Amino acid sequence: MSLFLNILIDGVAYGMILFMISVGLSVTMGLMRVINLAHGGFAMVGGVVAHVLMSEAGIGYVPAALLGIVATVALAWPLERLIYRRIYGFGDLQQVLATIGLTFLMIATVNRLQGSSLLALPLPTVLAQSVDLGFRTLPLHRVIVIGVGAVVIVGLWLLIERTRFGIKLRAAVDNRATAGAIGINTGLIYTATFCLGAGLAALGGILGAEMLPIEAYYPLRYMVLFLVVVAVGGMGSIGRSFLAALGLGLIETASRYLVPEFGTIFYFACIILFLALRPKGLWGRLA
Amino acid sequence: MKRTISGLSAAAMLLLGTSLGAQADTIKVGVVAPFSGPFALYGKQFQEAIQVYQAEHGTTAGEHEIEFIYKDSGGPNPDQARSLTQELLIKDRVDYLAGYVFTPNAMAVAPLLDQSETPLVIFNAATSAINAQSDYYLRTSYTLWQVSMPMAEWAYDQGIRSVVTAVSDYGPGIDAENAFVAAFQEAGGEIKDSIRMPMSTTDFTPFIQSIRDQAPDALFTFLPGGPPTFGFTKTYNENGLRDEGIMFLGTAETEESNLQAFGDAAIGLTTAYHYSADHDSDLNRAFIAKNTEMHPDSVTNWATIGAYDGTHLIYEMVEAAGTDGPAAIEAAKGLEWESPRGPLVMDPETRTVVQNVYIREVERDEESGLLVNREKGVIATVGDLGWGK
Repeated sequence: MSLFLNILIDGVAYGMILFMISVGLSVTMGLMRVINLAHGGFAMVGGVVAHVLMSEAGIGYVPAALLGIVATVALAWPLERLIYRRIYGFGDLQQVLATIGLTFLMIATVNRLQGSSLLALPLPTVLAQSVDLGFRTLPLHRVIVIGVGAVVIVGLWLLIERTRFGIKLRAAVDNRATAGAIGINTGLIYTATFCLGAGLAALGGILGAEMLPIEAYYPLRYMVLFLVVVAVGGMGSIGRSFLAALGLGLIETASRYLVPEFGTIFYFACIILFLALRPKGLWGRLA
Repeated sequence: MKRTISGLSAAAMLLLGTSLGAQADTIKVGVVAPFSGPFALYGKQFQEAIQVYQAEHGTTAGEHEIEFIYKDSGGPNPDQARSLTQELLIKDRVDYLAGYVFTPNAMAVAPLLDQSETPLVIFNAATSAINAQSDYYLRTSYTLWQVSMPMAEWAYDQGIRSVVTAVSDYGPGIDAENAFVAAFQEAGGEIKDSIRMPMSTTDFTPFIQSIRDQAPDALFTFLPGGPPTFGFTKTYNENGLRDEGIMFLGTAETEESNLQAFGDAAIGLTTAYHYSADHDSDLNRAFIAKNTEMHPDSVTNWATIGAYDGTHLIYEMVEAAGTDGPAAIEAAKGLEWESPRGPLVMDPETRTVVQNVYIREVERDEESGLLVNREKGVIATVGDLGWGK
């Protein structure tokens, strides 16, 4: 019984972290349909800025995290205007090449400025505690990630399904020419959505840094992790990415508890099997 | 005989009309290490250590001028290491090889060493089996058996009777597990479980929880540096294993280059290792002061000291034997010297240095406010305990 509870608690907590670090990609790749391999790069930029602010300028965790997100959005804006705008119309392979090139540039820049060792984002003592659940403890930090994750999923759902912005976004993604013809400023919609994705990437990078520490090779090291969530969730929906992240978190955690030696094989075997049966992801319709 | 005279100095000599014999020759040392990619820090530290040694001792050994040539091996890539080594031997005509961070990279060049009779000084790769592949390997780092067995014996002496081992599922991790389990059971302790964690693990909670449920006196771990170690130690603390009295035992986990990033979570972690930048000796303080003066951003750790002592060994060999590889190996065997890490002897049989292994605990230094590995005990003159295993 306690094993089952352990798997459930740790699986949900891990799934929430998976969701948080990949939600930015769900926006850029899932909603906007750009194969954005530089997603991890934006997460890293947010983390690096927060790290520098905390260690060099002595700013607290929360303001440093917020400024890190702002800085990432400030970087994403010109990048979208100058580079991504040209990428949207490319084929899949060209998008992969262009965005992986961007990733290498980000890695090299951080490596040059900050070196290749870990860049700490120390939690304030209030957050660095554990919550006693009676039969075990759970780090408070994970509880917070679960809370923030819930806020993000509800917020995104409201934004996309219940606001004019969401309607325009869905229209622009489905048929850009027609959306433009009826007077929607699709350029602005795309820029805003891309910046939202980059900002969420930074938020995820900073919140997830307790488990996936920020360092120069972050974007490459965890690329598979992000992509799997979006691939299993399927394109076009934040909600499905969320379910995919929870499912993957539970599967991985269960396999680590039950068959630790074969954990990785079991995890990827499940993903292969799933994608073989449903190449378009959860509830995906075959085109 | 592979005596090399650089074209430039030969031309200069012709112009001046001096006799050839008066000019010292140049002996080249090829350093193969990662200088780009995720492991580039190793190459940087090797290079810095060599520069520190040269600043202290000049660039000549005996009558020979010593020149270092650096080659970028990237990560664990035996083919690349082999072709770079070949290039160094044939094109650059080096007489000594040095560096080699990863075991497969070091292993891959064994036939080249035998053919060319070139000594290779390993600055890092820590698997015992490497030195058995060729008589031309020498090692100034350590082996996993060398530090893991003393850790087990010390733990038993401290009254620890049951341990769960949890290592990353790859060569060095398995080496560390075997060494620890062998020594701990030999002493009379009980190994409750041996967990091998997949390399790609990002969330260590399931492993940590199962260790907690088994309630051993201590856990022993080996993980690759960087993110996995960070995640594992964080999880160890957050899930209350420390509060339950389950002691953390490790080896390289608390190395200096990433230690500050761990924060207070690292305080109290116990490791057995051959070098701490906090080692209390005048020689070590002078060494770190020199390194910091020359490279202000550099963090001195075991990679720095491995390369520094390796450079010393090369200087000694060049002085004793010049370009004669077999004679250089003979000269190196049994060589004793005082290193910033403590006294060293080059073991004639295993060709790995015999050295002190220190039991350390992470503390926050009151003066600097930084986390340090403070030495709490010493196990003197430990050789490569994994030789022939």
